[in-house]
Amino acid sequence: MPENVTVYVNDLPVTVPTGATVAVAVMLSSNVCRTSVSGEPRAPLCAMGACFECRVEINEVRHLRSCQVACEPQMKIKVGR
Amino acid sequence: MTGLTGTADVLIAGAGIVGAACAWELAKAHLRVAVVDQSFPASGATGAAMGHIVVMDDSEAQFALTRYSQTLWDELRDDLPANVEFDRCGTIWVATDEAELAEVRRKSAYYCERAVPTEILDSAALQNAEPSLLAPLAGGLLVPGDSVVYPAAAAAYFLERAAALGAKLHLGKRITKLGQGTTRLEDGTTLEAGKLINASGQLAAKLTPGIQVKPRKGHLVITDRYPGTVHHQLVELGYLKSAHSVATDSVAFNVQPRKTSQLLIGSSRQYGVEHDKVEPVILSRMLQRAFEYIPKLRALSAIRVWTGFRPATPDKLPLIGPCLEDPTLYLATGHEGLGITTSLATAKLMAAQILNSAPKIPMEPYLPSRQMVADVHA
Repeated sequence: MPENVTVYVNDLPVTVPTGATVAVAVMLSSNVCRTSVSGEPRAPLCAMGACFECRVEINEVRHLRSCQVACEPQMKIKVGR
Repeated sequence: MTGLTGTADVLIAGAGIVGAACAWELAKAHLRVAVVDQSFPASGATGAAMGHIVVMDDSEAQFALTRYSQTLWDELRDDLPANVEFDRCGTIWVATDEAELAEVRRKSAYYCERAVPTEILDSAALQNAEPSLLAPLAGGLLVPGDSVVYPAAAAAYFLERAAALGAKLHLGKRITKLGQGTTRLEDGTTLEAGKLINASGQLAAKLTPGIQVKPRKGHLVITDRYPGTVHHQLVELGYLKSAHSVATDSVAFNVQPRKTSQLLIGSSRQYGVEHDKVEPVILSRMLQRAFEYIPKLRALSAIRVWTGFRPATPDKLPLIGPCLEDPTLYLATGHEGLGITTSLATAKLMAAQILNSAPKIPMEPYLPSRQMVADVHA
């Protein structure tokens, strides 16, 4: 298994150690996971799948919890939505 | 006049959308109206409902009532507050095969004869209108005049308008007896009114024993926000088979886009289940049905699942009018899955009967006396 994996956060490549969650990749490239209904930026809070604050779009599926998904090569992650 | 001891011209049992619409209509006619509910507005079927304003053609009587009521919603739309989320998104009845396409053509001709605009969609047009649907499907029927509302907010608005005209709301008060111009509450209070309206939905038979209104359970799912996934209310044409089957539990594909970009996913129908718990087997069947039509729904997050009870009658028509044994008592219940659509027309028909004025559509098909006649001939 390769040591690192590269994903794309809003089209920018980010390389993280294999096994890192999407939340890690997002925090390394942008401080925002999503934008709330009232327009506030949101980021991981509980990091264990309970709070839903870290939702992002992964490979065109919205509202996935980035702290619960491991990065896979070439993943396309969209944040700030 | 002090609180609950005050008298009213009309007392309405039930603050769901039907009771709320009746309260507003009768208050507009300068009657003194009281509304009593065991919990809070829209706490029954109204709060659990999808809120699809839809013209239906199961029977001429059902068509007349749904069409009349839809025009009343359309007249009201500019006055509705934003939280009622009125959205004239239209309905697409989805056909999967040649038999259902024949039903599309029949339905289109029926609506056309009665001046309801429709558009027949072929397979490509359906795909273009709703790209998330499984491709290719046979086609569909677009009914652009159908709408969606948030039922609980609509009921609250009707009650607010009624209250502004002097209607009194008595919430959190359970009724133990309703009849002969008297309403007795659990706390011992008695309310007098010239006319009583039983608008308590699936609970109506508890207050007026002998009427044929049975609870028909349904499940609904709401998703997180997914803008652009679905544009119209989508209903399978097989829905009619499901809605008509009285013996067995049934599910049908029925998906509604909300103004919030959320999706409501239904529907299920069950008789004889009294508990309101979500049933995993039914929920799973209902979602599988939806996935067959829109495979990408599988990837979406549901944020809540709940159940509710439709007030169902044997002949699929509501009970609107006097209850013969008691000259003070009227019924406005039994709307099954169409109570949101038909609430406004129900209120008009109820007002016509109480005020002795001419109704806009014939009210005979909805009179409770038809059940008694049916019993005699049974």
